[in-house]
Parts: sequence; structure tokens; C-alpha cells
Amino acid sequence: MSSRRSHSRQSGSSRITEDQIADLVSKLQRLIPELRNRHSDKVSASKVLQETCNYIRSLHKEVDDLSERLSELLASLETDSDQAAIIRSLLM
Amino acid sequence: MTSSLAEIPVTSSERSRDRRRKKKKAHARSRAQQNSESCYAKWKSESQQQLYSSKLVQALSQIRLGDTAAPPRGRTVREAADRALAFAAKGKTRWSRAILTNRVKLRFGKQRRPGSTSAVAALTGSSRSKKPKVSVLRLKGKSLPTVQKKVKVLGRLVPGCRKEPLPVILEEATDYIAALEMQVRAMSALTRILSSAGPSSSSAIDAVSDPPPSG
Repeated sequence: MSSRRSHSRQSGSSRITEDQIADLVSKLQRLIPELRNRHSDKVSASKVLQETCNYIRSLHKEVDDLSERLSELLASLETDSDQAAIIRSLLM
Repeated sequence: MTSSLAEIPVTSSERSRDRRRKKKKAHARSRAQQNSESCYAKWKSESQQQLYSSKLVQALSQIRLGDTAAPPRGRTVREAADRALAFAAKGKTRWSRAILTNRVKLRFGKQRRPGSTSAVAALTGSSRSKKPKVSVLRLKGKSLPTVQKKVKVLGRLVPGCRKEPLPVILEEATDYIAALEMQVRAMSALTRILSSAGPSSSSAIDAVSDPPPSG
């Protein structure tokens, strides 16, 4: 009897195989702009994960900067109520 | 009025198109086994961005009306943006549920987990609160410490994924990145519109569109 390791150990509802993980990692790689151009064979999983972390951090930073800018804009809008009313009616 | 205002139209024709697109998307998602690709397409779609933008604008106007004394901080705007993003995800991913749970906790004080998950379920209409019990240690082959370490770091970055097994973290990260990209796109568009419509930049607009005659 050949021991099928993927069957025996998993008692949960989902069986996780190497292929699935490699698939998920390659999907992740396609999303990251820096790694999109390279062939998936040449990029190791740890590099993909590293770039993913960096990318998420940079996206967070961008959202923070945009939030700061938006809060400044909202503050400047409050000083001019006519403008604020127009913009509010346009955006809602 | 600049034509960039047309970037966020909320007309009825758009809404009917959104409904058709959403039906098609829901159908595709239920059929496809690997839904991460259609998830990415979902975050790229116009309808999703419009939904997010209108939610965000709603939240932002609430900030302004509720707190006229103090100017809104960047932190407040960021939290509103994250809330709107989690709402746009419709509760199908862990990170969105985690974001909404955190907000609920802050509002009503420290709630226990069962309470907050039911509150989140009520908010988003989703009943998925079970997690697969696959521990990381059982995964064969991925005992490489570097990969494990990096996945743990990734799990800390994505909200709500600190204790999740490896494949879950990877899946959540794919959706989270697509959602963040949409958030950046929507917020930059909103910033562009507000900055071009604001009173302080009206002179800038004159300079751009109508260069002052020299001499």
C-alpha cells in the first residue's frame, strides 16, 4: 500500500497541497507590479512574499497620505460654506 | 465645471448596468472553483469603485457634520476609508470582517468574540463564521523557515489574519491587495476632484486653463 500523505494527515475539510500553495503564490506574484514581468519560475516564494509585504506597506502609506490630503481638503472646504454646499450636492 | 466630475456619475443607467454586472459576477463566482481571479476582476470593475466612492463620500460628509469644532484628522479619514472598503467587500473575506469587527468593538466597548461576529454578520448579511481547522504544522514541504516567517509577517499586515494558516493568508492577501489598489484609485480621484473644486485652488485652475496674458 502506498502511503498517500496528502490523504492521511489532513482531517480538516480542506487538503492543502504544494501545488495549491504554489498556485496561490503565483497568483500573488501576478498582482505585484514589480514581479509581474518576470517569469514565475525564476522568482522564489520568499521573494514573492517579501515583495508582497513591501507592496502592501507602500499601499498603506499611500492611503495614509491620501487620507491626510483629504482631511486637509475637507478642513479647507469647511471655511467656505457656499462651496461646501455645491460640492456636497454634486457628490451625493 | 471640469469634466473630471463625470468620473463619479451615479445615474440610474449606471445602476442598472451595475446590477447586471453584479449578477454576472455572482454567477461566475459561484461556478468558478478558484475565485481569486474573479475577485481581482471585481475590485477592478467600475461598479465596485463607484459603490466604494459613494460610500466614502457619505462617510466623509458625516465626519464633517458631526465634528464642526475640530478639523477632521487624517486618521479619521483613513478609518472611514477602511470601513467603506470593508463594506464594499460585502463580508466575504476575513480582512473585511476584521476591519468591521474592530470598529464595532471601538464603538460599543470591548465586546466578546461571539457578540462581535454576530454583529458583523448582521451588518454584512453573511453567515460565514467558521474557519477551517488546518494548522500550519501539517503542511508538508513548506517547513522552510524563511517562507513561514514571511507569511507570518504578511499575516500581520493583512487585518484579521494573524492566526490563520498559510493558504488562508495568501488568499486574503490577494484580495486585500486588489481592494487596496481600488481604494487608492478611488481616493486619488476624489482628492483630484475636491482639490480642483476647492476655493484655494481656483486661482490655480485659472492659471492652468487660462494663462494670464503677459505684458
